[in-house]
Amino acid sequence: MNPVPPSPTALAAEHFLARQSFIELKARERAELLVDAGTARELAGPFDRISSPWLAAQGLVPQADDGVVIVRGAMNARPVVVISIEGGFQGGSMGEVSAAKIAASLDLARKVGEQGTPIPAVLVFESGGVRLQEANLGLALTGEIHRAMLALRRVVPVVGVIPGMVGCFGGMAIAAALCSHLIMTREGRLSLNGPEVIEQEAGPAEFDSHDRKLIWEITGGAQRYAAGFADELVEDDVQTLADALRAALARGVPARHRSERVGEFLERIARIDDPLRFDSAMLRDLFAGLKTDERHVSR
Amino acid sequence: MSATSHADGRFTLKTESIPSSASRGRTWFEALCGASSASATVPSVLAGDADLSAERVRFISVVPDPSNRFPRVRKGEVGVEEGWMIAKHGRDVIAENTEAKRPIVAIVDLPGQAFGRREEMMGIFLSCAAAADMYVAARMAGHPVVSLVVGPAFSGGFLAHGYQSHRILALDDPGVLIHAMGQKAAARITRHSLAEWQQLSEKILPMSYDIHACAKLGIVHQLIKVASATAPDASDLKRVRARLSAAIADAREEINRPRQNETKPLRHRQASFEVAQRLAEQWGGPAA
Amino acid sequence: MEKLIFKYPAASELVSRRAHVGVVASGDMEVLLEPSGAPGARIVVNTSVDGYRRTWKGVLDRFFSHYRGAAAIEINDFGATPGTVLLRLEQAAEKSRR
Repeated sequence: MNPVPPSPTALAAEHFLARQSFIELKARERAELLVDAGTARELAGPFDRISSPWLAAQGLVPQADDGVVIVRGAMNARPVVVISIEGGFQGGSMGEVSAAKIAASLDLARKVGEQGTPIPAVLVFESGGVRLQEANLGLALTGEIHRAMLALRRVVPVVGVIPGMVGCFGGMAIAAALCSHLIMTREGRLSLNGPEVIEQEAGPAEFDSHDRKLIWEITGGAQRYAAGFADELVEDDVQTLADALRAALARGVPARHRSERVGEFLERIARIDDPLRFDSAMLRDLFAGLKTDERHVSR
Repeated sequence: MSATSHADGRFTLKTESIPSSASRGRTWFEALCGASSASATVPSVLAGDADLSAERVRFISVVPDPSNRFPRVRKGEVGVEEGWMIAKHGRDVIAENTEAKRPIVAIVDLPGQAFGRREEMMGIFLSCAAAADMYVAARMAGHPVVSLVVGPAFSGGFLAHGYQSHRILALDDPGVLIHAMGQKAAARITRHSLAEWQQLSEKILPMSYDIHACAKLGIVHQLIKVASATAPDASDLKRVRARLSAAIADAREEINRPRQNETKPLRHRQASFEVAQRLAEQWGGPAA
Repeated sequence: MEKLIFKYPAASELVSRRAHVGVVASGDMEVLLEPSGAPGARIVVNTSVDGYRRTWKGVLDRFFSHYRGAAAIEINDFGATPGTVLLRLEQAAEKSRR
């Protein structure tokens, strides 16, 4: 009997069924699945019970890990720290504890690392930004995350992924922009101000927060990748994401990070005569060729 | 923007009927740095050099620009072009690469980052990142970096321009505040009424809109009393210059002798202190 | 927000390891289950919804009708339904046996 080759449609269906969604996983499962099997070790986990000291006074139930999972483990058999934010708890927002967990882990990755050698970091972004219930401490400690990322990425890569569910906003959108390499899915969103905030501050004519299509056209992973703000667009699959992260780590530290390319960006922005007529097609043209520097320095 | 004080110490911000190009940021920039040396292409970002304690200091400020082609930055917000321009003005100083690392002073008076659809499209998060990157790069290269907050300092705008300094000084004035989000938007996002939000922000220290709370939280290192925050007189200027010089000296001290990890927590930041301690203990693995 | 405490003195089987499941997301909760270090089980519930002590008691009675672990259990709840509460407790018990 001659085996009948499966049709392309059947292959696609099989592939779809074989996929394991990364988006549907919780932060802890995400971190544990990303590192090499059997190497995950969580730090300052739920049983350490360092939760937010500010939420209870506002009638909000804290979570034992404050929504941030820190896992030390290996990727490509080399040590790494994975920082995974739980979008289900308070929208993945950055409070005193959650932000301090991220900043302190990044500092330890640089200062202590593995036997004195700095180790790279992987950040899984799922955050509405600063937690307004801890406003100014969240803001200040988000600044500490930025500082710690900038110090660490000089010596080892800091790789970010925005898988999607909550997306990545506010101060954490700035953090995403500071990554050595940023990976998104089509389901991921990235922007500084959320649509509701823009609508509140500038009116519905500026941004209609109910216009789903507009939101995805501006902030969605496909657009961010096309415009050169993300380095890679991958599908929502655990193995695909893990492979992309391993490849990004192997690539090392870019010769220049995107946020250092001041002259090039200023020159391009200066070309925008009338911002009011600016659209996404113009954007793709404008920043074409500004993807992360391909010349990487391996360290 | 100006602040109206209430008898109970609260205040609300409102737009005054002053020309929109006048601002505290511009006033203090011009007072400390002399005539404006704004870049011709981006008039919303002032940068210039002036002497402070006999050394040449770079001052940077973001100011209103009523005719800016980006409508969302006309009140002095950090927009797409402003973030990158701040980065340029600072990186020019780093690129001098001289023995004496010149200090950089950020004069901060920001209604926030620009709130706009096109700004989001053009990657305003990256512009803010570029500015923050520059300030950290300057610090790591050995330049003292000091912020002087003279008006409101909101959110992403402050993360871009103001937070990444060795020392953050602020005028002790009701019109000066640091916050993650304006009251109306914050109330909406947290599904509170404005009144509920205001009540909470008076009760919970990190939610406060009062600059004294930021000093208690260790976000602001020092508050400076002035006779007028909007029209400083000679003695105000003298005092501010002296405090800036002292802060620059402190920053140099810290650059030469980096601080080790804090050994005791700030009174209102015990949780983050505990986080750092616990992570350091567990980092190397369970004790054998 | 309300804090509720329940005790099940008859639960006396040794709990071999601790277990954590769930997230404090809307309609969900997290469970921290560990050996109580004493005879009997003790449950602390932090819930965002006030006034449901009797419902909690009913769900926990049902759980402890078959669960015998001398466990210290902490629940952080954000409005989980009784069905979800039971599911998370069973998951934590199962995980602590693995």
